[in-house]
Amino acid sequence: MDLSYNAEYEAFRQTVISFLKAHWPVPDSAGEGAADWPRPKKEAWFRKQAIEAGFLYRGVPKEFGGAEQEADILKATIIRDEFSKRRAPMEAPGIGNMMLVPTLLECGTQAQKERFVAKTLTGEYHWAQGYSEPNAGSDLASLRTRAELIEGENGLEWSITGQKIWSTLAQYAQYMFVLARTEPDAGKHAGISYLLIDLKAPGVTIRPIKQVTGGKEFCEVFFDDARTPADWIVGERGQGWTVSKATLAHERSSIGGAQTSVGLFEKLLSLAKGVNYQGVPAIEHPVIRDRLVILEGYVQSHLYSSYRQLSMAAAKQNPGRITLMNKLINTNIGHMVADLAKDLIGDAALTMPPVKGRAEGHEKWLNQFFGSLGVAIAGGTSNIQRNIIAERGFDLPRDDAQE
Amino acid sequence: MEFLLSAEQLEIQDTVKRFLAKNCESTKLQRYIDEPQNLPTDIWQGLIDMGVPALIVPEEFGGLGMELLNLAIIAETLGYAAAPGPLLGHSLCTQALILAGSQQQKEKWLPLLASGEALGSFASAETGQWFGAELALTGNSLNGSKQHVPYAEHADLIVIALADNQFALVEKSASGLSISPEDVTDRSRPLASLNFANCAVELLPNSSTEAAEKVLNTALILLAADSFGGASRAIDMAVDYAKTREQFGQIIGKFQALKHQLANMAVDVEPMRGLYWHAAYAFDREPEASSRQAALAKAHLCERYLHVAREAVQAHGGIGYTWECDIQVFLKRALFNNAYMGAPALHRKRAADLAAW
Repeated sequence: MDLSYNAEYEAFRQTVISFLKAHWPVPDSAGEGAADWPRPKKEAWFRKQAIEAGFLYRGVPKEFGGAEQEADILKATIIRDEFSKRRAPMEAPGIGNMMLVPTLLECGTQAQKERFVAKTLTGEYHWAQGYSEPNAGSDLASLRTRAELIEGENGLEWSITGQKIWSTLAQYAQYMFVLARTEPDAGKHAGISYLLIDLKAPGVTIRPIKQVTGGKEFCEVFFDDARTPADWIVGERGQGWTVSKATLAHERSSIGGAQTSVGLFEKLLSLAKGVNYQGVPAIEHPVIRDRLVILEGYVQSHLYSSYRQLSMAAAKQNPGRITLMNKLINTNIGHMVADLAKDLIGDAALTMPPVKGRAEGHEKWLNQFFGSLGVAIAGGTSNIQRNIIAERGFDLPRDDAQE
Repeated sequence: MEFLLSAEQLEIQDTVKRFLAKNCESTKLQRYIDEPQNLPTDIWQGLIDMGVPALIVPEEFGGLGMELLNLAIIAETLGYAAAPGPLLGHSLCTQALILAGSQQQKEKWLPLLASGEALGSFASAETGQWFGAELALTGNSLNGSKQHVPYAEHADLIVIALADNQFALVEKSASGLSISPEDVTDRSRPLASLNFANCAVELLPNSSTEAAEKVLNTALILLAADSFGGASRAIDMAVDYAKTREQFGQIIGKFQALKHQLANMAVDVEPMRGLYWHAAYAFDREPEASSRQAALAKAHLCERYLHVAREAVQAHGGIGYTWECDIQVFLKRALFNNAYMGAPALHRKRAADLAAW
C-alpha cells in the first residue's frame, strides 16, 4: 500500500503541469487577439493542443480525432487532477462524448465514425439521448417508438413514429441516438434497433419540460413519420439493446464521483463556517459538528473505496460488487448533503434560486436540494440500483416481472 | 499509487481466515460463548502459531516488525468470524510497552508477548470515561479501580492508563490486585474490573501524550477493522438466509423488500473498508493525519456495524432473535466495538476538534 505515485508517474505529472502552464489560460501566442477570444474558441483551441499532447480523448483513435493512447488509469487520474486544479477544460461535456462516441467506436461503421466522432469530440455536434418513453422508464425495453424501412425520396429510409422523454438538452442538440422497435414480431429486447437521426428532420417536434427547479434541461421529443437514412443504424437490426450497452472500458473508474462528493462536502463545510444556526456560528454548534462528521465518514469511505477500485483497475483485478454500488453511494451522499444544507441555510430555503445566472445568497443550495433528487432518478432510480445490487451482486433471483 | 494489500498481506489474511473457518465455525463459536470464563485456548494458540502476536513487535525484541496495517487486516478477519480471544487487549498492552516502556521492560516483556508465552491486557476505562484517566499513583502504589479490562483474569501483565498520560504495568501476581469478571454482553471478548489496594505497579518511563495517543489510535483502528469484518459477515449471513428460507412458495430473497434491505446494508458496508485501511495507513505513514483518521474510522465503522447487525437480525426473522443463531454474537460484538474506547459521538466530536473546525 502506497498512496504516492512512483517516479514514472511523477514525471508524467510534471509533463502535464508544464503543458498546462504553456497552454491554459490560452497564451497570446495562440493567435491574433487570443486574450479576447470568446470562451468556446479558447476551449476549442486548448482541447486541440491537449489532444495532440495525448491528454484528452485518450481512448479515441487518431483517425477519428482522438489522442489514441494506451489505457492507463493512473495517467488518466493525474490528468484529471491537474486539469481540474488549473480549471482547464476537460473533454467536451454532454451525452455525445459520454455515450454516443464509445458506442460508435465499438459498433459503428467506418462511415458513421468518420461522419460523427471528430465533430462530437470538439463539441461541434451536440447529441440528445432517445431512450426513455412515457411508459418505458425503469422498464426501458418495453419501449414502443417504432421504425420501419420504407422507400423514400432519397432511397431506403427509416420512418420513425413515437415519443421519447427526458432527453437532456434536446432543444439545443443537432442529433439524437434513438432506441426504436424495428422488429415488431421479435421478443421484447430482440426487436429494438439503435438509430441516429437529425433532429431538424421534418416530423420531429421538441418540447422542453419545465422541471421542479423551474429550468428546462430536458425535453419530450415526438416523432411523426420522421425520416433518417437506412444506413444510420448502429449495429444490426434487432441488436439495439446490446449496442446501447456497449461502453468502452477505456480508463473508466469511479474516482470521479468520489471526488465530486469530497468537493461537495468541502463546500458544505464552508457554508457551515459562514452561517449561524440557532443563534451561534453553525460550525460551533455540536449538532452541526456531529452531522458534518457523520457525513464525512460516508464521504471518506467513498473516497478511499474509489482509491481501492482505481488501484485494482490499474492492476487488472476485478473490484467486484462495489462497482454496482457506486451510483447509490454517490447519490446517498448527495441526499445527506442536501439535508444538512437545508438546515444550514434556514429561511433562504424560502427563496427560489434564479433559473438563469447565479443565485445571490444561500438559496443556491436549493439547486443541491432539488438536483440530488434528480440525479438519484436519472440513469436508473435508486430502487433499480438496489435491485441490481441484490440480483447481480448477491445473486438473488429476479422477481416475476415479465422479461 | 497502489491502495491495495500486498500478496504477502493477502496471504497472512487468508491463512488466518482458513484457520478460523475451521476452528471457529458455528458449533465451536457457540461452545466458546457458553463458557466465556475460559480462555479460547485453541484459537489463541493458533494465532500464536501463525505469528499474529509478533506482528507489530520490533524485530530486536523477537517480533516481525510490521506496520499496524498488518495487524488491522487480521483484526478484520477475527471480526468476520466473531472469533473469541484476547488479541485486542494483548495488542494494546504490546503497543504501550513498545511506545512507552524502558529498554529493560521491553527486553523483559516484548519477546514473551510476541511469542505468546505471556498474555497481556490493557486497562483504560474508569467509571464513565475511556481516556483522560484520573487514577494516579500514591507514592509507589495504586489505589482505585479500572473497568472493562479484556481477559484480565488470564493476563500475565496489564498495562494501566493513569492520569497525565502515564502508563503503568501490573503483574498478575501483584499484591493488592483483585480481579472481578463482569457479566458481559459480548462473550467473545469478556471483560473484568480491577481493584487496586496499595497495589505495587511499575511505571513505563517513556510515557507521553504522544504514546498515549498512539495506543488510543491503535485501539480505534483495530475496532474499526473488526467492525468491517463483522459487518461484512452479518451481510453474508443475511444473504445466505435469504437464499435458503422459503415462504409463500419461494425463497424470501426473491422479495424486493428484502433485496432492498440487503442492498442498503451492502452500500453502507462495502466502501468502509477503504476508511479503515486508510486509518491504518495514516498511523503507519502519515502521522499528522493519524489521530483524526482513527477517530473518524472508529466512529463510522463501529456505528455502521451496529446498524447492519441489527438489520441482519431483522432479515433473519424469528430465528435471528434466538441465542443459537450466530447473528446474536455479531450483534453483541458490534455493541462492544461501539462502546469500547468511547462511543462514536465522542470520536466524532474529537474528529471535529482535531480538524480545528
